[in-house]
Amino acid sequence: MSSQNRLVVVPTVTVLTVMKARLIGATKGHALLKKKADALTMRFRQLLKEIIDAKENLGSTMKGSFFAYTEAQYAAGENIKHTIMDNVDTAVVKVRGDLDNVAGVKIPRFESFVLPGETKMDLTGLGRGGQQLQSCRKAYLSAVELLVQLANLQTAFLTLDEALKVTNRRVNALENVVKPKLENTISYIKAELDELEREEFFRLKKVQKNKQKKQMAQMAEDAAAAAAGEKAEAGDLKMPPFNGPQGQQGVQPPTNSSLLNYKEDDLLF
Amino acid sequence: MAAQVMNNEGMLLAVLADEDTITGFLLAGVGNVDLRKKRNYLVVDSKTSARQIEQAFKEFAARDDIAVILISQQVAGQIRNVIEAHNRPIPAVLEIPSKDCPYDPNQDSLLTRVKHIAGFN
Repeated sequence: MSSQNRLVVVPTVTVLTVMKARLIGATKGHALLKKKADALTMRFRQLLKEIIDAKENLGSTMKGSFFAYTEAQYAAGENIKHTIMDNVDTAVVKVRGDLDNVAGVKIPRFESFVLPGETKMDLTGLGRGGQQLQSCRKAYLSAVELLVQLANLQTAFLTLDEALKVTNRRVNALENVVKPKLENTISYIKAELDELEREEFFRLKKVQKNKQKKQMAQMAEDAAAAAAGEKAEAGDLKMPPFNGPQGQQGVQPPTNSSLLNYKEDDLLF
Repeated sequence: MAAQVMNNEGMLLAVLADEDTITGFLLAGVGNVDLRKKRNYLVVDSKTSARQIEQAFKEFAARDDIAVILISQQVAGQIRNVIEAHNRPIPAVLEIPSKDCPYDPNQDSLLTRVKHIAGFN
């Protein structure tokens, strides 16, 4: 029982109960957090695989988009990029956010969508290379969709990573700091209480022994007093003798038999 | 964060890349120019300094209507330290291949982290 690794408490039964309750709470919390950490880890592992797959996939999708763009550029002429740049107005491809919940951890989830309605881009390349431009547009739209999916995974990855770190830190803190501390405190209190009980027992025995000794002395004294009293009976008062159990004479007990006058270390009044 | 995510009007994608890559995305309809003539994309060419890129990236990251930042790997290489320092989930920073530079999975900050955790390599 190390004295450092425990809480500073007064060793009493009440505190012991409180500590026991806290230990139960800590154990329960530890079990729950451990479950949460496990759930998060499971989701995290799934994500890792998905991210790697999606990232590898990204390369080929983008390659297709670039090829479609080159085709469009060839069909529509070099200047098409200036036309496109000038035609930029408000975005039609946007991202909608949602929240996903994994074991109490909120993960943002994105979803891309295209605003309905006609845009200037629909008419781009009407004069030249329109078909190529539209197919290029489609290729890029699907690329954007894939990218948003990937962003989804990535956000979830970062959020889960953070949440996992926090949860694992808590689990370890409970397991390695809080619980041992409480256990040490409980064993300390128990040891202290045992010690107190032994002391109390020893004290009681000591008191009893003292009492017995005192009683013996008293009896001896009484016997002496009775013997002296019998001798002096004739000349004294004609009071009937007090028929106490030990044939004690007189109403007043001898002054030195009073407990108040008795000087004893163990007796407290 | 939740309020930001719940933005019903939809959030934008920002792009930092070379001219050709950006043109493709603009064609798809990603580009947005707001009333103050602020654009959500930056065309990076050989004349663009790393400082300008960094500034644009930080601006996009600070805007609350941007959910995803697409950055070409070439450009990302120039401001690698800024990207590694960015650790918030929103906006998500995605490295994309650029037209004249094929995608190298080993350079991707996030992918290296993912692979490290997954125990690859």
